[in-house]
Amino acid sequence: MADLTTDFVGIKSPNPFWLASAPPTDKEYNVRRAFEAGWGGVVWKTLGAEGPPVVNVNGPRYGAIWGADRRLLGLNNIELITDRPLEVNLEEMARVKSDYPDRALIASIMVPCEESAWKAILPRVMETGADGIELNFGCPHGMAERGMGSAVGQVPEYIEMVTRWCKQYYDRPVIVKLTPNITDIRKPAQAAKNGGADAVSLINTINSITSVNLDTMSPEPSIDGKGSHGGYCGPAVKPIAMNMVAEIARDPETHGLPISGIGGITTWRDAAEFMSLGAGNVQVCTAAMTYGFRIVEEMKAGLSAWMDEKGYASVAEVVGRAVPKVTDWQYLNLNYVTKARISQDDCIKCGRCFAACEDTSHQAIAMSPDRTFTVIDEECVACNLCVDVCPVENCITMEELPKGAVDPRTGKTVGDYANWTTHPNNPAAQAAE
Amino acid sequence: MSNPLTPGIAAGRLSADEIAENFADLHAPLDMHEARVAADRCYFCYDAPCVTACPTEIDIPLFIRQIANGQPESAGRTILNQNILGGMCARVCPTEDLCEGACVREAAEGKPVQIGRLQRHATDSVMARQGHPFDRAPATGKRVAVVGAGPAGLACAHRLAMRGHDVVLYDAKDKPGGLNEFGIAAYKSTDDFAAREVGWLCQIGGIELKPGHALGRDITLDGLKAEFDAVFVGVGLGGVNDLDAPGAERDGVQDAVGFIAALRQADDLAKLPVGRNVVVIGGGMTAVDAAVQSKLLGAENVTIAYRRGKDRMGASEFEQDLATSKGVRIICNAQPVAIHGNGAAAEIELEYTADDGSGLKGTGETLRLPADQVFKAIGQTLTFEGLALDGRKIAVTGAGRTSVEGVWAGGDCTPGDDLTVVAVAEGRDAAEDIHATLMGVAAPETGAVIGEAARA
Repeated sequence: MADLTTDFVGIKSPNPFWLASAPPTDKEYNVRRAFEAGWGGVVWKTLGAEGPPVVNVNGPRYGAIWGADRRLLGLNNIELITDRPLEVNLEEMARVKSDYPDRALIASIMVPCEESAWKAILPRVMETGADGIELNFGCPHGMAERGMGSAVGQVPEYIEMVTRWCKQYYDRPVIVKLTPNITDIRKPAQAAKNGGADAVSLINTINSITSVNLDTMSPEPSIDGKGSHGGYCGPAVKPIAMNMVAEIARDPETHGLPISGIGGITTWRDAAEFMSLGAGNVQVCTAAMTYGFRIVEEMKAGLSAWMDEKGYASVAEVVGRAVPKVTDWQYLNLNYVTKARISQDDCIKCGRCFAACEDTSHQAIAMSPDRTFTVIDEECVACNLCVDVCPVENCITMEELPKGAVDPRTGKTVGDYANWTTHPNNPAAQAAE
Repeated sequence: MSNPLTPGIAAGRLSADEIAENFADLHAPLDMHEARVAADRCYFCYDAPCVTACPTEIDIPLFIRQIANGQPESAGRTILNQNILGGMCARVCPTEDLCEGACVREAAEGKPVQIGRLQRHATDSVMARQGHPFDRAPATGKRVAVVGAGPAGLACAHRLAMRGHDVVLYDAKDKPGGLNEFGIAAYKSTDDFAAREVGWLCQIGGIELKPGHALGRDITLDGLKAEFDAVFVGVGLGGVNDLDAPGAERDGVQDAVGFIAALRQADDLAKLPVGRNVVVIGGGMTAVDAAVQSKLLGAENVTIAYRRGKDRMGASEFEQDLATSKGVRIICNAQPVAIHGNGAAAEIELEYTADDGSGLKGTGETLRLPADQVFKAIGQTLTFEGLALDGRKIAVTGAGRTSVEGVWAGGDCTPGDDLTVVAVAEGRDAAEDIHATLMGVAAPETGAVIGEAARA
């Protein structure tokens, strides 16, 4: 069995699956259940400054996107940070941590962008014995209107400033949680690093309206006939999150900065993909909210089985393995030529490939009167759309033309690796060495 | 060459091709795509009703999620951890009465998640791989005799071997497997699956198979007790109930269990004789298995006659529908009163019955059916003596403890439903209890883990 033990910025946990700071980690009862179910760590629901806690709406907090069979694909929420008193949360955290010393317990914090506010709360958190803190610079709703959450995360200078305060007043690891509601994720990550952050975690939720009730004309979730944008999460956001993780992992300025990957992680495979792109561990929320804490069993067993199959002895061997394979478009091999191939044995003659190619692509599929679909190599640009719309897995595949073969579409011989930077059509082309 | 209309009992009523088609896999295995679509329907219920309904408490939502996430072999391990005969159970369990009957989507839509077929997909994946997925614990030096290599004995032997004990597995027949090998309809266990499963199970090591050893004939309970540290009795029900009606001794009247066993062991089904007019007496799974297979062999008319109402039939509704879909006629509320014929059976006389609340009684009205072959499927009986009984079965307390210290029992020879999956659960739990007793440790929990520890 592969070793799932994880050391993330010095914080050890029996497996890389942490619960993200969110409703599932709002109180002792839930967190104890999570640890009993086998989660490796928990980022406690975000703490606010001392004093009267925030209040939440008293109507629906969540909106959802479903597949046809009610599979939850995306969720959004308008819940704020913890609405329980700081003192209660701190006491509970201390109790849980002392009962589960082998699990990671991280305090998520969001207080006003003032040095005094951070200076006040950090010693209190220290007393709980928490393994580290996560700075919530991500929540895009409610708190952002008050100058916190994503309002901070959207200004790299603020990120750097607050991170620096935290490193000054707190001596355990500081993780900066980033908002995806920004143009270039590398800038806030660089700012966090410059401020001394031990790691970044991402993504927080994405600004969203999940649906509109067309009878009442109110966005969902509707509070007395009106809605507010919420933070989008769940399986639907995974591709966005993975790109942002990879961007930070491969940016020379942040390369090597530990990353805690978040965004739609539902299965062991999702976790493995995030980790291959540079995440040292992963945080999960929506999957637990959809299926309960027990899903971690499948995640652990699945990751372990896959690592055994591939011969990876530890989680560390997986982390970042795909990062060198992420590159800029300009470096992609323009002499890699493929053609679609339709397996007539597997084809069920639905014609979706034909419609896609004929109407919206390159007219590279022929249809016979008896509904046989074949690829016209002279027209096929290898776009892959037919593969993506085909309902039968592996019915259409892309076949690589070997080196030396002639591409019937271009009449050119398939040559060695060459990319855009040296292409004759590129006005800025550099001479080949 | 005979045909379905050939009078009397005859072999070769159908061509080899027709027979091969008739006895093909009842449910073809799901391919990867079908399995993932089927798995996608599972809601991953909390404290899932399907798990509660499974006598071996397989973690069904977990294994289905593992299939959905592309790891059928991990799914198979989840199943086999709880039920080492998960492959056979996937084929023979009356799932409509167990897991699938309890599925919330059965209640909601009348279309449960296809748990049985998904289980087969997962267990087939594991068994297709070289080697055995479980390891043995360090040798304990203890030796246990397991009598009966049917589902209960096999499950018990495997779990004992896993815990590090050495097992001698006896069986009265010349081949292990019990009812899996001799007593299940052929179309549920194709390609010699029962024998392959036993071979695969024994790969764990530490199980010495001794076929041809019958308790009371070749070995005795006292002898085994003296030689071994513990004994498990899983001998099943060796006897069949007799028909109490005039003419029951006529040629052509035979027990269904023997017919099914002969069918399962036949090298060439075309050579197996079957009547033109077959009547099966009984209402359980054995009755359906005998009736359907008679029809599939080419009998022209096959009738099941059951003395009580349809709702009392032991065969599940699925099995009843299977029988009628193959052309078997089911007559309920009719009991045999005589078998007529000139030497061999030619006709059966049935009397209609009614239950007015004071027990089942004949109404006096009779009907006659042509019957050159009559199968008795009216229950099986224990043929073993030496342990205290509970009714007509071996009395047990807890995890299969019998009246004699050091002797455990499980499977059809003990009280409870006569199902493969029940026998597996009993054999497994008895093994854990034997292990705990021999080693002086607490028996590990064998039920499903639902994760309520935090609430306690």
